[in-house]
Amino acid sequence: MSGLQDLYREIILDHYRAPRNRGELPVPPAHKVEGFNPLCGDEVILYLEVEDGMVVDVRTSGQGCSISQASTSMMSAAIKGKPVAEVATLIRAFKALMSIHESKLEGADGSDGSDAGGTDLAGVRLGDLEALQGVVKFPVRIKCATLAWNVLQQGLDETAV
Amino acid sequence: MSTTALDVARIQADFPILRREVRGRRLVYLDSASSAQKPQAVLDAMDRVYRESYANVHRGVYTIAEEATTLFEAARAKVARFVGAREAREIVFTRNATEAINLVAYSWARANLRPGDAIVLSLLEHHANVVPWHILREERGIEIRWIPLTADQRLDLSDLDRLLDGAAMLGVTAMSNVTGTIVDVARLAAAARAAGAHVLVDACQAVPQMPVDVTAWDADFVAFSSHKLLGPAGIGALWARAELLEAMPPFMGGGEMIRDVTTDGFLTNDIPWKFEAGTPAIAEAVGMGAAVDYLDAIGMDAVRAHERELTRYALDVLTDRFGDRLRVFGPAGADDRGGVVSFLFDDIHAHDVSQVADEEGICVRAGHHCAKPLMRELGVPATTRASFGVYNDRADVDALVAALTKVEDFFSI
Repeated sequence: MSGLQDLYREIILDHYRAPRNRGELPVPPAHKVEGFNPLCGDEVILYLEVEDGMVVDVRTSGQGCSISQASTSMMSAAIKGKPVAEVATLIRAFKALMSIHESKLEGADGSDGSDAGGTDLAGVRLGDLEALQGVVKFPVRIKCATLAWNVLQQGLDETAV
Repeated sequence: MSTTALDVARIQADFPILRREVRGRRLVYLDSASSAQKPQAVLDAMDRVYRESYANVHRGVYTIAEEATTLFEAARAKVARFVGAREAREIVFTRNATEAINLVAYSWARANLRPGDAIVLSLLEHHANVVPWHILREERGIEIRWIPLTADQRLDLSDLDRLLDGAAMLGVTAMSNVTGTIVDVARLAAAARAAGAHVLVDACQAVPQMPVDVTAWDADFVAFSSHKLLGPAGIGALWARAELLEAMPPFMGGGEMIRDVTTDGFLTNDIPWKFEAGTPAIAEAVGMGAAVDYLDAIGMDAVRAHERELTRYALDVLTDRFGDRLRVFGPAGADDRGGVVSFLFDDIHAHDVSQVADEEGICVRAGHHCAKPLMRELGVPATTRASFGVYNDRADVDALVAALTKVEDFFSI
């Protein structure tokens, strides 16, 4: 099951079994935003508390597959207490990690993908999130991994207005 | 390891795709409720059309045009006979069952339903028999009433008379694509008719799995597709009583569906061509005819017996192996369910199950199966579904059980 081990890294299963920052926050001051993958029924709900350009608190709820829920959990841990500008960069870096580059598909060697996203993202540290890179080899699951990040982007856009 | 109703090993040899491997393993195809695999006879029939007799139908007077037309209309006659239609002209070729239902919604319903009219649907319905009616509701202000379900996802008919009271149409599946529930169509149709309602049956799942006699059902409209019936995708059929088709306005306009066109207007063609605007899927129709020939040769009673046996076996081994850890939806017995088994581990998402199964070469569907009202009723976002065709046997079910055992190990907390 080597392919599966690439997809379901231990850190992913750990976040799936014990998701971080589960729960709700009072709205307001928090902002609630939700998203669905209509094809598979994945659901991600985020409560974002943004204050003075900082994501001061975040909670998540929803349901779905291990990839969508682990990605949500890892994301929540990565953005909590971070400046909004830094979070925006993180979103772009994660999306770059999840994008399929033709050269990579042809190579199919599972290289570490640190080239993804161009130079302005080169210094971004994804940490545990890099465990999700194996998802790229399973194209139908990419949308599972990116759902939480799209919801986050939507939430930040809405709070910025 | 075969069941007794069919010589499955011989049937498997008729399906070229079953010889391929996935990830170094034998292909175990358990998604026939979504779309079935094709026997060599269907592939050959379609290939022969293109190689020997391809031309547009109902247009040319040259030899191969006559041949193509003859093949196309012969396919219609085969399909008509297969489902018990009284006449071939009661079969309208469509793109698929979805288009067949939309044809009813756009033609018959728009000509006959007025604001406030009610139609009755069941909570088992596929989106194909839900959304066209939502569209009509938004457009016309019709009312949709829902037949509820019992705890084991049969239709709860205790309030049927009240639901049908004053209704203009009953739309119901003959067999659920999620729970496998077999619906007593003849009984429902009789009740609907007594209430003065027309009857539309979604027979996509039923036609490939059991003997279907639309005349005995006494329905008005029956929709089904070719691709679930071992035939090609891109063609399906609407059966309707001839007098209804005669009275209905055309669905789409274009070539073939007219008798005459002037600068002032048009006259419609006879049925069924009145509803077949444009060049049809010619080779696909012939392929659909070859598919019903193939199933006729096996015998639909034998197919049904095979589905029942395999489903019984699957229900037994799944319960034996996983007990309460696995929720299996639908009727507990195999007598009133077709070859579809939807299930869910409490803590493991359907997509993760399907992913691990794929690693073993097993094709099972994960998701809402285009039946979100039913998913809401079940209280789950998605299920994993195994469904059986004539080419499946107990070894396939055993492979699924082995894969599910790996799933449990992999995701165990």
